[in-house]
Amino acid sequence: MRCRKCGERAVINMRHHKLALCGEHYVEWFAAQTERAIEKYAMFSREERVLVAVSGGKDSLALWDVLLRLGYQADGLYIALGINAPIPYSDVSLEKAQKFVANGNWRVTKEDALPAPRPTLHVVDIAATYGKTIPEIARAKMRGQGRPCAACGLTKRYVMNRLALEQGYAVLATGHNLDDEIAVLFQNTLHWQMGYLARQAPVLPASREGLVKKVKPLCRFYERETATYALVRGIDYIYDECPHATGNLTNFYKTLLNQLETESPGAKLSFYLEFLRARDEGAFEAFNRTEELHACEVCGQPTSAPGRCAFCRMWDVSR
Amino acid sequence: MRITYRDKQYETKPNITARDAIKKIGLNPEAVLVVVNGKLVTDDVVLREGDEVKLVAVVSGG
Repeated sequence: MRCRKCGERAVINMRHHKLALCGEHYVEWFAAQTERAIEKYAMFSREERVLVAVSGGKDSLALWDVLLRLGYQADGLYIALGINAPIPYSDVSLEKAQKFVANGNWRVTKEDALPAPRPTLHVVDIAATYGKTIPEIARAKMRGQGRPCAACGLTKRYVMNRLALEQGYAVLATGHNLDDEIAVLFQNTLHWQMGYLARQAPVLPASREGLVKKVKPLCRFYERETATYALVRGIDYIYDECPHATGNLTNFYKTLLNQLETESPGAKLSFYLEFLRARDEGAFEAFNRTEELHACEVCGQPTSAPGRCAFCRMWDVSR
Repeated sequence: MRITYRDKQYETKPNITARDAIKKIGLNPEAVLVVVNGKLVTDDVVLREGDEVKLVAVVSGG
């Protein structure tokens, strides 16, 4: 298969766009599409500082790379979760994030471009800060039942929000791709979770004091497209999945949706874009309730119930 | 012909497309990228005897 633009051998065929591209033109296309999403959803401007949540995986490093190459002021936040069994997942993923900054491949090499400042990688070590790793806090709080994913998600959301606010970032950007988004959408649709459907969007505004604006600039790319960008750009990312993610429901839904995509190219893209259209037309407006929020009595971050927030309760943080 | 995927080796016959080979070993073409002799290629490429074929899972991280 040949690149539609130059006739060179293609590295990707996007059947849903009827578009095959070579490496050089794919990188150009990916950057242009990212820029378009940032502008369409009014995510942020070049004057604003962006904090990218970096896991060491393909999506977050691809996002950081493309934002820097587009000239945005993007720093990274890596949260060391302490997940190192049965594979050294956290240690290796931190190395990948550090290597990304150190090797400088994110620099724009055009002669007329201004030399980009070196981005900052903030690292928050959960065990060093709060006394336990994620698997340890999950075992302590859940008596060994279930996965640590709930404890992990709560901790990451809290740390990301807090650091973004404390460091004065205008926006927190995550590397969620379209497959991530439609797996959640599929789950919420299966169970008709109208409140969750109402809140799923490319941008979550900083609607309340203490909540940072959150954006997903890669939300319209298929997972294979972010992986392709990372490979073509030579980004060294962690190939392994989090050991706790293996066999989870999200991956099961991704598998189902990929089967659908194989038989019906474009089905995934249509599912997501039509959902966004329905959302924009107000289909879920009645379910978009604004909860009353309180300041956590310990950390001051917003919480739905008076007293300590869920994070401070889980980590037994007290005044 | 040998195909590597997530540190495991699979055997298929040569002279078939990468897409057919992916399906033969029980994977979904949407869920993997194809690297032949170190180069990323589209899955319509015909695999030949002696090619070094690696499939990269698109799902990673977490």
